[in-house]
Amino acid sequence: MKHNKNPNALLSVTKLDRRAFLKLTGYAGGGLMLGITVGCSPEEPSSAQSQPARADAFAPNAYVQITEEGITIYAPSPEIGQGVKTSFPMIVAEELDAAWEDVTVIQADIDAERYGRQAAGGSAGIPRAWMPLRQAGAVARHMLVAAAAARWEVDATELETLDSTVIHAATGRTLSYLELAREAADLPVPDVDDVTLKDRSQFRLLGKRIGGVDNTPLVTGAPLFGIDTRLPQLLYATYVKCPARGGEVESANIDAVKQLPGVVDAFVLEGNGNSRELLPGVAIVAVDTWSAFKARATLEVVWDESRAAKDSTSSTRARALELARTEGDDEIVDDGDVEDALAEGKQVSGFYEYAFVSHAQLEPQNTTAWWHDGIMELWAPTQSPQRAQSMVADLIDLDEDEVTVHQMRAGGGFGRRAINDVVAEAVVIAKRFDRPVKLTWKREDDMNFDFFRAGGFHALTGAVDADGRISAWRNHFISFTHGGGRPVIGGSIRSSIDPGPFVDNYRITQTLMPWQTPCGPWRAPGSNVIAFVHQCFLHELSTAAGRDHLEFLLDLMGEPRWLDEGNARALNTGRATAVIKLAAEKAGWGRALPDGRGLGLAFYFSHAAHIAEVAEVSVDADKRVTVERVTVGVDVGPIINLSGAENQVQGSVIDGLSTMLDQAVTFEQGRAQQTNFHQYSLLRMPRAPDVDAHFIISEFPPTGLGEPALPPLAPAVANAIFDATGERVRRLPISHAGWV
Amino acid sequence: MRLNVNGQDHEVDVVHDDTPLLWVLRDHLGMVGTKFGCGIGMCGACTVHIDGQAAFSCSVRAADLEGRAITTIEGLAAADGTLHRVQQAWADQDVAQCGYCQSGQIMRATALLEKHAKPTRQEIDEAMAGSVCRCGTYNRIRLAIEDAAGISHEA
Repeated sequence: MKHNKNPNALLSVTKLDRRAFLKLTGYAGGGLMLGITVGCSPEEPSSAQSQPARADAFAPNAYVQITEEGITIYAPSPEIGQGVKTSFPMIVAEELDAAWEDVTVIQADIDAERYGRQAAGGSAGIPRAWMPLRQAGAVARHMLVAAAAARWEVDATELETLDSTVIHAATGRTLSYLELAREAADLPVPDVDDVTLKDRSQFRLLGKRIGGVDNTPLVTGAPLFGIDTRLPQLLYATYVKCPARGGEVESANIDAVKQLPGVVDAFVLEGNGNSRELLPGVAIVAVDTWSAFKARATLEVVWDESRAAKDSTSSTRARALELARTEGDDEIVDDGDVEDALAEGKQVSGFYEYAFVSHAQLEPQNTTAWWHDGIMELWAPTQSPQRAQSMVADLIDLDEDEVTVHQMRAGGGFGRRAINDVVAEAVVIAKRFDRPVKLTWKREDDMNFDFFRAGGFHALTGAVDADGRISAWRNHFISFTHGGGRPVIGGSIRSSIDPGPFVDNYRITQTLMPWQTPCGPWRAPGSNVIAFVHQCFLHELSTAAGRDHLEFLLDLMGEPRWLDEGNARALNTGRATAVIKLAAEKAGWGRALPDGRGLGLAFYFSHAAHIAEVAEVSVDADKRVTVERVTVGVDVGPIINLSGAENQVQGSVIDGLSTMLDQAVTFEQGRAQQTNFHQYSLLRMPRAPDVDAHFIISEFPPTGLGEPALPPLAPAVANAIFDATGERVRRLPISHAGWV
Repeated sequence: MRLNVNGQDHEVDVVHDDTPLLWVLRDHLGMVGTKFGCGIGMCGACTVHIDGQAAFSCSVRAADLEGRAITTIEGLAAADGTLHRVQQAWADQDVAQCGYCQSGQIMRATALLEKHAKPTRQEIDEAMAGSVCRCGTYNRIRLAIEDAAGISHEA
């Protein structure tokens, strides 16, 4: 991933341009102070929300603004449920030494110059922002201390800070940050290298349980999400595309649709040839959402499917079963002599497979676009607002500063909103009107026009030697390509993939089958399926060796070491061992269990996070699986917000379980066969296990927790089902293998 | 049509007499706390109360609700802004991740507690099965409901 060229650039500005600041914080008024991002009501257009920022505000960088009235911290990145609207400002507040209850958090608008990368993905937010956010808080604190030192005519080293206050202990004098803001604003901004950061032992706020900054608006139903956007004279749109990806409009009964009650206009859009942007289709624009949706029932489109997807999951599965008998043409890695080792050891084989799945983020795709005054103004729930901005500029031939993107809270992302196709559609539709237009996808659109998590197949053979250790590992990974020889997103496999570094004779080959329907990043891409395959097969080998899986895994990890010395984002076997032991101990690994009950253990390293999970499972005579409890051991370095971290772990486990039990999208003739939640089951509360999260607070750099607790879940549960029943689970969802 | 929402009468003109309550609330009355998720009564994001019963507002025609008492998430807190105990429990337990389903979850939980002041865990699970949380916050939803009901948490 691309790194911000200079992460400190935002702090090297010596004096803030007040006019630029005013422009940027124009939305920082009214409702925002109550913690509501863009509370646009019909009576109150967004532009009327602008309130001038105080000219005497102390704003030493893009994140901190202090006036006599309060402390504001700007949250730069999209909030999609991963908690960064709370955790990022907490990092600033920690180094600032602001009392959390004194802080007002405002979602920043998009500005790459001020904030660098503003995006949600790859669990990269926290590790990327950790130092810049700490430095932003520390610089502000440094200047407030300097202002107090000047006022009191004492040396700054005599001063300390606590709860938004500078303290001179020798004389007992105190000044609040609010009182100091005006004087601090006149001081030069120091170089970040001249400012001391706290030692982690001095943290007061980080690691505590802090509630989300939007909790009150959320529980009262206040407008927060993209779909909640309301503007004067708003029009409502729906967009109908060919159900087989890539089909084009041959003809449509546009004139009849235009006559329907409530319909304002209907028209055909040509695609721009890029499925990540604009596919061909028919737009219907109406006076309310229901009129637009209802008009779809009358719309008749003849699709030209000559270039459309013909994908069929039944055909590709049949082909994969044939291919599994051979090795793949593409060699990913070939260490040692796998064939010799297989011949000499005790062999185990297994064919693993997993289905395509949908993101099913609960807020349907939507964007509100308003073309006015030469500006395309957007309210979009997106994981990649900066890419949305540049894409829109290219799409309708504007400069980037003529495209304004308001970051709206997103009702789930999971990778789906990394792609801004709905933004492109909304913009091209809205460009034809002088009124704002909200485009809302139906759930059926979301199900059919997803960028799916790719399915895949693995033919594995391995062996254990006389000592019960893995002597050989061979995997033929059968996946998909959109063409050009590259695997689809989520369909690639690294040569260093776990357990490769621990096995001398290790061979992975790959075959790619053609596939047209777009695939995309889905929570912990690649890891979310490879973890299932490899961690289950490891269990097959430990079972073949007659060894306890905990003992086997710990032996595999060996002595504490970095697998890539000097890379703090590499797997560290000591950290792995610690979380494996922690999860096992807390779950009561090794205890006697009644018939039909089992424990399963899996470890997986992804996104620089070391995470082990133990699932306790009951299975009845009808093969009905109940996951009773999941125990998780986590090492992601320091914890920013304990409440948020625990929530992410619990949610990832539930998501992993939901997906493995019964989620699959199948395709025939390029069409997704599942159209809505009656055919695509999301886990409901009666099947939700208790999830216990245990954290090791380590001294290593922090990493994100939006994704890495998901991959270990499926193998932990599958291994537990084997423990309970003696039957292997090699297929996801498990409902496709007869489990209920 | 005339709808009673959160104790107030609203005169609403809609284009189609089969417009679901969900879209009348969101598009016509500007009450966007009630969410659109699936449109077929499978996800529960649109849950409101009709005469005190939890109902999918996406699957009921607004025109059929004249004379009925409709309560939405916006009507749950007291007039002075004091949160309903279920809302307060939700905030205290920091339930939400993305938060999109939560107004529907809160409406369903509130209806449950009106009927069963001290529900068992099984009663909670069964009553809440109509609302999906895609982020998987079920552990905390249980805790919040138990808090609101004054039930001590199971170990």
